[in-house]
Amino acid sequence: MQAFFRKPKKFVTLTSKEQRVDVPVGLMTKCPKCKLIQYTKQLEANLKVCVCGYHHPLTATERFEQVFDAGTITYFDLPAVKADPLDFQDYPEKLKGDQVRTGLKEAIVCGVGQVNGYPLVACVMDARFRMGSMGAAVGAAIAEAIRYATKERLPVTIFSASGGARMQEGMVSLMQMAKSSLFLKQHSDAGLLYVSCMTHPTTGGVSASFAMLGDFNIAEPGALIGFAGRRIIEQTIREKLPEDFQTSEFLLQAGQLDDVVSRHDLKTYYTRILMMHSEGTNHATI
Amino acid sequence: MQPFDQPVIALREKILELHDMAETQGLDFKEELNLLEERLRRLELDIYGNMKAWNRVQLARHPERPTTLDYVRLICDDFIELHGDRHGYDDAAIVGGIAMLNGQAVTIIGHQRGKDTKENIRRNFGMPHPEGYRKALRLMQQAVKFNRPIITFIDTKGAYPGRAAEERGQSEAIAKNLFEMAGMPVPIISIVIGEGGSGGALGIGVCDQLLMLENSTYSVISPEGAAALLWKDASLAEKAAESMQITAPDLLRLGIADGIIPEVIGGAHLDVSLQADKVKSVLEQKLAQLTRLTPEQLIEKRTEKYHQIGT
Ligand SMILES: [Zn+2]
Repeated sequence: MQAFFRKPKKFVTLTSKEQRVDVPVGLMTKCPKCKLIQYTKQLEANLKVCVCGYHHPLTATERFEQVFDAGTITYFDLPAVKADPLDFQDYPEKLKGDQVRTGLKEAIVCGVGQVNGYPLVACVMDARFRMGSMGAAVGAAIAEAIRYATKERLPVTIFSASGGARMQEGMVSLMQMAKSSLFLKQHSDAGLLYVSCMTHPTTGGVSASFAMLGDFNIAEPGALIGFAGRRIIEQTIREKLPEDFQTSEFLLQAGQLDDVVSRHDLKTYYTRILMMHSEGTNHATI
Repeated sequence: MQPFDQPVIALREKILELHDMAETQGLDFKEELNLLEERLRRLELDIYGNMKAWNRVQLARHPERPTTLDYVRLICDDFIELHGDRHGYDDAAIVGGIAMLNGQAVTIIGHQRGKDTKENIRRNFGMPHPEGYRKALRLMQQAVKFNRPIITFIDTKGAYPGRAAEERGQSEAIAKNLFEMAGMPVPIISIVIGEGGSGGALGIGVCDQLLMLENSTYSVISPEGAAALLWKDASLAEKAAESMQITAPDLLRLGIADGIIPEVIGGAHLDVSLQADKVKSVLEQKLAQLTRLTPEQLIEKRTEKYHQIGT
């Protein structure tokens, strides 16, 4: 279980790269996969996808802007929660530090908008904040966004980017898995559409709850997706795992995903799905 | 490592020895025995009355601690174990079936540890693969069909972290159970009897009533794992056990557990049938309360239970 929270070696550059992109001096960005150094502006113009195909991590707002039509997004306020339910040593300072560093209140941003004219509620996790881990705030934000979607009879999508449970919130964190799944069940029972898009990384308690519960489970290329961490699995089974273990492509092969969708095709992909589930397209008998 | 309650164990042994001696040799140790028993009571109060989280972790992990099948055997009048996920596998780390409990048919599902090395290997130390969760789901859906309450016993270090488990969808199997259990229109009672290890525990633990044995634990990560991650030092597990708030009283206070089932003094393993009686009486009471509710009321209360956690 512990390895959920560790950054796997291959992707260890995620945080530092993100920081470098964020600060004004981040004129150039180096690709962790092909080592190419290019202008950050140029990379951003290509949806932050390197020429080698590596998908650099996006911030939550970058994701919204890439998927939704300009000017259609309404962001939701985060619901109030107990910020430090266990009174955990140093935790409030860590939260504050990440808030200052990222400009986010928590590891998630939720909102509603339009994708080529089709309405969609979205929850977008941001791995820069506490590695995207899920505590009460993330769980409540997802729950309220789904409840809103159920009430308004709208489709919902969640972009996962999470190391799993928020350790400093202990069992309060674990129970957010149950909470988010419960409201997804009610959304689903209302006949509504849920698209889960897993991005790097989607592990632990997040992969074992809402991330895997989509009517469509898709992933970005090269994302790390799994329940247990690589190191703990290697220790348990005493064998070396293949290089591509727990990647999107690996999971697609293993029958665990509907598809791996490149960022360049993502908006079109969403549009097609939303179109096929919009009013008037679903009649068993005509 | 010596158990934290070693002084109590030693004194209990001494008293038993004296009893034996009195019986076999016809000697009168009444006075000495009374004195020792009084001392034992005070020592028990001192040690078990001030139990640290880490002490409870040790009791929850006690190799002789009663398992799911122990409780089923002692609580139920009849039990038919049902096997298999219907897709090629029967995971022995999760057991399940239908049972009679005071004239009422119930579905019972639980993690199952072994009592010795051989059984532990067969049962994978109570750590399920995806197929275990899928078997559990199959049996729960059967319970819904026949309108039977569901009782789950939680007792696992966690879902198995293995290559095959990942390839066959450990995440999806657990997630699906959370999703489906959330909407089941029958009462669900979950009882943590030993260790509740994270998602692997929750995978059969979405419920109307979460009950915990007094010395059971339920945590998002093991104390050792938490210490290694937070402070890069697994030896700080004792400290982690405290700060992660994983005991029954902690979780009751946090509004996550709904009740505590008292344990036999010194731990459930010391008197398994007495412990089973205690479990049974709480279970009867909770079942009676829940079976009075309509399916709509059940779902509404279940929704509210999870909605409020952390807010
Ligand atoms: Zn590259």
